[in-house]
Amino acid sequence: MENILEVNDLHVSFETHRGEVKAVRGVNLTLQKGEALAIVGESGSGKSVTTRAIMGLLPKPAGRVKSGGVVFNERDLTKLSDKQLQKIRGSEISMIFQDPMTSLNPTMTIGKQIMEVIKRHQNVSKTDAKNRAIELLELVGIPNPEERIKQYPHQFSGGMRQRVIIAIALACNPNVLIADEPTTALDVTIQAQILDLMKDLQKKTNTSIILITHDLGVVANMAQRVAVMYGGKIIETGTVDEIFYEPRHPYTWGLLSSMPRVNSKNSELFAIPGTPPDLSNPPKGCPFAARCPHAMKVCTEFMPDYSEMSDTHKIACWLQDERAPKVQPPEMIQIGGDH
Amino acid sequence: MTLLNNEITKDMFEPVVIDSTESEIIAGKSTSFWKDSLQRLSRNKGAVVAAIILLLIVLLALIGPTMNKYGIDDQNVVRQNLSAKIPGLDKIHWLPFDGSENNVDLYKTQHAKVDFWFGTDDLGRDLWTRTWKGTQISLFIAVVAAAVDLLIGVAYGGISAYFGGKIDNIMQRIVEVILGIPNLVIIILMILILRPGLVSIIVAIALTGWVNMSRIVRAQMLRLKSEEYVLASRTLGASHTRIISRHLLPNTLGQIIINTMFTIPSAIFFEAFLSFIGLGIKDPVASLGSLINRGFGVLQIHPYQVVFPGIVISLLLICFNILGDGLRDAFDPKLRQ
Amino acid sequence: MANAVERKKLIEVRNLKKHFKIGGKATLRAVDGVSFHIYKGETFGLVGESGCGKSTTGRTLNRLYDATDGEVIFDGENVHGKKSSKELRALNRKMQMIFQDPYASLNPRMTVEDIVAEGIDIHNLAQNRQEREAKVIELLETVGLNQQHVSRYAHEFSGGQRQRIGIARALAVDPEFIIADEPISALDVSIQAQVVNLMQKLQRERGLTYLFIAHDLSMVKHISDRVGVMYLGKMAEVAESEELYSNPLHPYTQALLSAIPVPDPNFERNRERIILKGDVPSPVNPPSGCRFRTRCPLATEVCASVVPKWTEAQQDHWVACHVYDEEYSHNFK
Repeated sequence: MENILEVNDLHVSFETHRGEVKAVRGVNLTLQKGEALAIVGESGSGKSVTTRAIMGLLPKPAGRVKSGGVVFNERDLTKLSDKQLQKIRGSEISMIFQDPMTSLNPTMTIGKQIMEVIKRHQNVSKTDAKNRAIELLELVGIPNPEERIKQYPHQFSGGMRQRVIIAIALACNPNVLIADEPTTALDVTIQAQILDLMKDLQKKTNTSIILITHDLGVVANMAQRVAVMYGGKIIETGTVDEIFYEPRHPYTWGLLSSMPRVNSKNSELFAIPGTPPDLSNPPKGCPFAARCPHAMKVCTEFMPDYSEMSDTHKIACWLQDERAPKVQPPEMIQIGGDH
Repeated sequence: MTLLNNEITKDMFEPVVIDSTESEIIAGKSTSFWKDSLQRLSRNKGAVVAAIILLLIVLLALIGPTMNKYGIDDQNVVRQNLSAKIPGLDKIHWLPFDGSENNVDLYKTQHAKVDFWFGTDDLGRDLWTRTWKGTQISLFIAVVAAAVDLLIGVAYGGISAYFGGKIDNIMQRIVEVILGIPNLVIIILMILILRPGLVSIIVAIALTGWVNMSRIVRAQMLRLKSEEYVLASRTLGASHTRIISRHLLPNTLGQIIINTMFTIPSAIFFEAFLSFIGLGIKDPVASLGSLINRGFGVLQIHPYQVVFPGIVISLLLICFNILGDGLRDAFDPKLRQ
Repeated sequence: MANAVERKKLIEVRNLKKHFKIGGKATLRAVDGVSFHIYKGETFGLVGESGCGKSTTGRTLNRLYDATDGEVIFDGENVHGKKSSKELRALNRKMQMIFQDPYASLNPRMTVEDIVAEGIDIHNLAQNRQEREAKVIELLETVGLNQQHVSRYAHEFSGGQRQRIGIARALAVDPEFIIADEPISALDVSIQAQVVNLMQKLQRERGLTYLFIAHDLSMVKHISDRVGVMYLGKMAEVAESEELYSNPLHPYTQALLSAIPVPDPNFERNRERIILKGDVPSPVNPPSGCRFRTRCPLATEVCASVVPKWTEAQQDHWVACHVYDEEYSHNFK
């Protein structure tokens, strides 16, 4: 399958009064056509910064891409001017954010906001744009679209607003949709509706999706491939089955075992001790070494290379080296595909 | 990124015991909110310069009048309308301190033996002394305005916010009435009742100057009342006094200080304006506003009579405003990481 | 877990109501007639989505809000009755609270020592400064922090550490009952486990009783002995944790459980989901009869006209739904 988007050795830093914060330290990603790639990580892992860098939305002048590139349609997005990026944003790559309350302009009607995107990128008449807006609202499951395009955001509920945002994002049939924690702020029953909708739309439009989330349940529900980030680096990447049923990195083990499951019984949750690293002074070797129960001397000195378990499954961990002792994943996460 | 394999030896694969409690250790010195803000303020060059200028002005206001032997009302028609002359600077002719006007050395023509640093007015009074005495009055007004703000404004707003409900309702309606009456009307009333002068201005400020502060304090405290740490304190059983003094006030102090920084220049301007239009300080007592008023008539001929008090009052207002801005930026928690 | 017959009820809530007046004549019926009980030493989980009134219930339980109607009986004492300030203080010591937002629950102008010692100061639990400091250090160590944190300020700590400081503050007065209002919702996943483990450890060591309010159903199931599900100001179902999740009776509970995404790709691929239609109605103007009827797949006419009774449908398993009411159950196939 062809790669529609490639992130190559991306390094992003922020200048703060405390010094340089290295938020992303050498990230490699590929997104294939029509697939959903989930980037999983906790706060400070660099997942949001990576996608902002792809879209050219880093806060200026504090944030900048120090090295590496993002290849889309044979062009490096990090080298494009703001004007060139504006043509791509909304039409070829779209982004939706976490908070449906603040993502919409409260003083413009929904219809106007959708039409604004369409008219910006496509040369169509007002009537055509309006019809397309109604079509989109229907597509995202909003009843009575002809009337609702005249309404304002405050007249919609949280879940409805998120649907509108999805409609705006898909208005120009983008190739890539980046969704940054799209359901985190929603109630669980609404979240189920939105995830269902996104899966449905993906099938219909064959849009590739990059989904950022910290919720492994959402990942299992939506993604085909997963990249796990920690301390500004991707520490494991693979298909969703590989990550959930054959994880190899101790951080992934930690994440999976610290989640209570509705359909299993645990007496105590495994808690990864300690706190994430301070990226204004990143650790020398593997970023997870300070909290890893299997840490070795080499882990604190050198950053591990990627080893490949399969074509799709890559892990950055010294435990994969042949000289390392063999370690078994903790028992609690050996669910092996049945429940 | 490939590493040379011979850099990494087999023994490096020995397990290490990682003390994860190390990651609980907080590096660096502890900084309280005030220390942090002071640091941020000191990095703001404009605010620092403004603070220094203000200090200089206060210093000169205190010792200026004593630096020469003239009082504010020593009249001598012989030496009227002399322009400014500072010994030492009088040789530099593009500075306004060479005692000349239209290239005529007035000191020679009027046979004046002593140098007047800011010149003299039409009654021969020393403008240096009068200017700095006037500044004293402006600073006194500043102190009164700040005191009124802090004593009346904070208490009024705080009580209104803390007790809420009917009390808040009534207190806010009173505020609205006060706001509805223009300041000028109140001062004219005061002048009818009391004589025009410092006392009537102070009373006018005391009646209306605190309203803005009370609204800001009320808004801030209303917001803080439902903050979780205040709820936690109530859950622990804290008394009203404790909640107000330990939780609400300290977190409002930033706003209070900033607002005081802005109230002061408007009070100073209020007095100067009144004196300028003749409703404020009366002669012979000098106020920056009255000085400007007197000098205004001869602005074209003897500009120095307006310029010097004008510069002083402008500096006062500008510096307080810049300092206020700097404090607002320094206290703003959004700037904190 | 002690035998149900012998267990003592520490908290009894009877028909609790809390209404807020909002502008004009409208009333927000945040909690509208909720009844349940909590046994001593157990963890009672309270779940529901936004607007269901679970947070309001928690805050009315310890009198942070005054109840509009109904009763809360704590250890035989009516929490909302007329009380002297001394009696109120005594009650404050017994019932404590942990809050949701680690970034808002600690006073940014106070040192950690002062924050944790506030309860000690209010109730005069220490004779002098040394004793106060010693108690604070002991509490910090109990929650996994240490002595060097004592003179620091809240902003220097991470979210998880701040929550632990909040727990230390609540423990300082030696309470019997702690209301945890969404204590882990704002924390990262790996930190949530730390805090939850700590809470369970403290419960074992000190015999604490918890009311655990949350919207994360998996975590609630893990930590709770019994669980209550709220919807739009009313209690829909209460049962023991295992029982609720394996045998949910109320259609809302069923939909809620069905909506949780499980971190198991095969399970997710093969599951049949109950997707509810529409949005949660406004608590200012809730539907007549059963409030859930506008989204319930089983709703019939009787649901619009009659408010469901709170009945014990199975042993220790309470539900408010006409399907389980002998009088109306024939309406449903």
